[in-house]
Amino acid sequence: MARLTPDNTTLAHEIIARYPKPKSALIPLLHLAQEQDGYVTDEAMRHIAELVGVTPAEVRGTGTFYEMFQFEPVGRYLINICGTMSCALMGADDLMHAAEETLGVHAGGTTDDGMFTLHRAECQAACTEAPCLQVNYRYRFRATPDDVRTLIDDLRAGRLDGEIPPHGTLARTRQHIPADRGVGAVDPDDVAGPPAWVTVDADTSQGAS
Amino acid sequence: MSPNDDAVNEPTDATDDAGSSGDKAVMVDDAVADADTVDSEPVVEPDPDAVTITINGREVSARRGELVISAAERNDAYIPRFCYHPRMSSVGMCRQCLVEIDTGRGPMLQPSCMVPVSDGMVVDTESDTSKRAQEGILELLLANHPLDCPVCDKGGECPLQDQAFSHGPGESRYVEEKRHYEKPIPISDLVFLDRERCILCDRCTRFADEVAGDALIHFMDRGNATQVNTYPDEPFSSYFSGNTVQICPVGALTASPYRFKARPWDLEQVESTCTTCSVGCRTSVHSSRDRVLRFQGLDVSDDHGEAVNHGWLCDRGRFNFESIHADTRLGEPLVRTDAGLTATTWSSAMSITADLLGSALAAGSDSVGIIGGARGTNEDALAWARLADACGVGRRDAQVGDGIPAEILDLPRASVDDACAAATIVLIGPDLKQELPVLHLRLRAAVESGRTKVIEFTPTGSGLTAGAWRSQQYVPGALVETVRQSLSDSDVAAQLAAGPVVVVAGRPNLAEQGPAVLDAVEAVVAAAPQATVLPVLRRGNVIGALEAGLAPVSGDTDAILRAAADGQIKVLVLLGADPLRDHPDAQLARRALAGAERVISIDGHMSSSSRAADVVLPAAVMGEKSGTTTNIEGRTTPVEQKVTVHGTARPDWMIALELAQRLGHDLGVSDLNDLTAAVPHAARHRSDRVPAASAMPPSNYELRLIVSRTLYDAAVLTAASPSLAELAAGPGLSVHPADLEALGVSSGDDIRVVGPRGSVVMPACADDRLRRGTVWAAFNQVDPRGVHGDIREVIDASAVANDVRLEVVS
Ligand code: SF4
Ligand code: SF4
Ligand code: FES
Ligand code: FES
Repeated sequence: MARLTPDNTTLAHEIIARYPKPKSALIPLLHLAQEQDGYVTDEAMRHIAELVGVTPAEVRGTGTFYEMFQFEPVGRYLINICGTMSCALMGADDLMHAAEETLGVHAGGTTDDGMFTLHRAECQAACTEAPCLQVNYRYRFRATPDDVRTLIDDLRAGRLDGEIPPHGTLARTRQHIPADRGVGAVDPDDVAGPPAWVTVDADTSQGAS
Repeated sequence: MSPNDDAVNEPTDATDDAGSSGDKAVMVDDAVADADTVDSEPVVEPDPDAVTITINGREVSARRGELVISAAERNDAYIPRFCYHPRMSSVGMCRQCLVEIDTGRGPMLQPSCMVPVSDGMVVDTESDTSKRAQEGILELLLANHPLDCPVCDKGGECPLQDQAFSHGPGESRYVEEKRHYEKPIPISDLVFLDRERCILCDRCTRFADEVAGDALIHFMDRGNATQVNTYPDEPFSSYFSGNTVQICPVGALTASPYRFKARPWDLEQVESTCTTCSVGCRTSVHSSRDRVLRFQGLDVSDDHGEAVNHGWLCDRGRFNFESIHADTRLGEPLVRTDAGLTATTWSSAMSITADLLGSALAAGSDSVGIIGGARGTNEDALAWARLADACGVGRRDAQVGDGIPAEILDLPRASVDDACAAATIVLIGPDLKQELPVLHLRLRAAVESGRTKVIEFTPTGSGLTAGAWRSQQYVPGALVETVRQSLSDSDVAAQLAAGPVVVVAGRPNLAEQGPAVLDAVEAVVAAAPQATVLPVLRRGNVIGALEAGLAPVSGDTDAILRAAADGQIKVLVLLGADPLRDHPDAQLARRALAGAERVISIDGHMSSSSRAADVVLPAAVMGEKSGTTTNIEGRTTPVEQKVTVHGTARPDWMIALELAQRLGHDLGVSDLNDLTAAVPHAARHRSDRVPAASAMPPSNYELRLIVSRTLYDAAVLTAASPSLAELAAGPGLSVHPADLEALGVSSGDDIRVVGPRGSVVMPACADDRLRRGTVWAAFNQVDPRGVHGDIREVIDASAVANDVRLEVVS
């Protein structure tokens, strides 16, 4: 639980090879680290820095720009309750109260059993469905305080395991692109002249324009 | 309230603290908005890159590629700015430079630091819209700014303060609570960061990444929480950290040596030159109440438009001003009596010195040796060289056995700008990042631009290795063969033929002889006959001193020390030199000082050697004397006196002149002006060149020793600067992990380094950048507890290279 595991390190090298510059793999590797430990650990950031040849400060600086990376331990379920305008008008505060009461933590906190972390979030681009919330980025629209209580019960009881994997999970089936099947990394510095568009079929490409 | 019109037109760069107020400082960055672009464009007549633009109703000419902000400034229309810096890439971070620009589609507000000029462009920096935009941005920048100017070091020279006054709205509409952070946090041993004051201009972070290559600070978090910070537990320990303090346009970054020491309006400043190493960075020396309080870097160019340091300084050069006022300064002459070194008057010390010299000379001019001179001005060196000439003393050397033969100066010389414009740089020398840091910055920029390829020959790897086209790690003792072999490679030959070649040549390894470097350089010059040479000898004014006549005439420092050890030297004069600490061969130095009948030390600080001397004459140090200095390029620039000398110290030249008078010689000069006028340029050096020994006799010491400098060591000016003294790493030996494992020793354990001469104990450290079979130790590192020894104890200066073996300490 710290640096990337040997398996993930192998995967990291595979990911790095997909890019013209190792540094470009930074974000995918941060996802990998978050998937491994549920959040991005300091040691993992150091490890990523070594793997892509930048400083740990650059890794942290880049990672902390993104809301979806967590740098402190979070629960198995991260509940983000939208608090921006539409949701606020439609009763986001009631959702937050219900969640706080049910979980026994304030916004920003994590339950003692490590199951839930509660966050107040900015607009989740579902304003027409306000008030809304997300659990590990899975939406619940037009939610009511009762919905929140039921949701928490269901999550606790494992009734939603099929829909909502633990925080950090990227995908349940990992896509694997063998090196020889990839498009191949072209170093942007090595490209001479204007971009060459790939034409699949001369006729259709004309028709399409 | 409307902005102050006078201030609007103030033609100085308000964000460049050093450049803006320096008495004689000339900002020359105007035309170098993007140095890379401009440099690579050919200059022909008529200039095809000339474009005509209109600024505030006036037609002016500008160059294609130039940014609007710099074209405007050149034409007396100063546009306010915070993030723009002429020596770094533009990022458009602060938006303060918004002005109306019309490129034919009607006037639009655009950040002038991001827009290059184009023909027919119309710029209005003073329209109502431009002014409103600038006022608005200032109001936004101040929304979170604490305005604690009365307790802020930057107050009085702060671009935010100045431009809030000249281009701000006068009043803010914000009543909300500002951002709060813990007041200054240390981000390194030298630099403090106050995040409340930071306006997130990206200058410091850009410098760290782009210029220094040490991206140890970065923007962290996002939105309203965005802040500059380091990685936890990984401080901003860059050799160049002080530059961020200088370019921060607010008081967010402060350096511990200057914090709360002065108010800017109390500072007096003068343009000068750093003489800590031979790069000769241009500086501005700031003092208050007769104490030097800081150095700032100056960005000045010569008549050919060539610059040395682009305004940057290394931390060692920037902060060692502390040594001027150190406790170790010598303030009165001392002579050895039965009670040890005893203070006396100048007249009695000078008469004793003159007598000693007189009687030694009577026994033959070879019984006097003069070592040093590189720590002084050209005038100091010239006066001493003339005194030596008058007395017929040929045994003189400005290098302390740590350089390469002075004949390197006879080869056609390159400038730093030449090197940066060359197609190929061949580096045969030390790690420049450790020894000549700002030269490293310049060369690194050339490499990063893709313009220049580096071929380096190094025993250890260097700061340029990562970007080098070819990095050849050679085994000490085999430099010349390695270079020859490499030159026969057809790719290398093609690269050398591809354009101008500059050879950067210095001493890569202090445990290996210097003359081999000269042979290696000559091999490169034979393969690339147009090549020019940049000699990277390390000591401050070493080039100036050698050219002024302190190059060996009969016998270099090694030879002088050997003669002294053999009892042939009656008077050994140490001119700001400390062979006991600085000569690579510690045993030879000790025997020499013991063997010389009398030792006269002329130095600014009490050193190991002055402690062992018979007469000690206190010398004025840089900051206390005026004159000129000559850097690696042969560029002669002024150094200026800023404070009164410590005690009764005198400049070296004055001492030489008085001694000449007492000895009955006329040196043909009577004051500093005479000396300055007589400073020679590019003298030739013809001593009896000792051919480099080539074969290394076999030994039963299986590891080849490499010794080179790191930036922070026990050198006197560093050790006498409290802020820097702690930064030296102390003794240690780096060993390839496999070699270390073979011994069963782990990293950090003590190990005994045994050579034919003797042995020393120091901690071992695994380092996989080394070749197997070689070990590396930093030069001149002292353990204050005396537990670990000095690597110089095992170096034999007369050996081609030095071998050691390691023993486990039980
Ligand atoms: S600390 Fe200074 S230089 Fe760095 S981003 Fe903040 S204001 Fe700019
Ligand atoms: S590189 Fe050399 S000359 Fe420049 S600031 Fe550093 S020590 Fe001084
Ligand atoms: S305001 Fe809640 S989703 Fe947009
Ligand atoms: S100076 Fe142009 S955006 Fe900062």
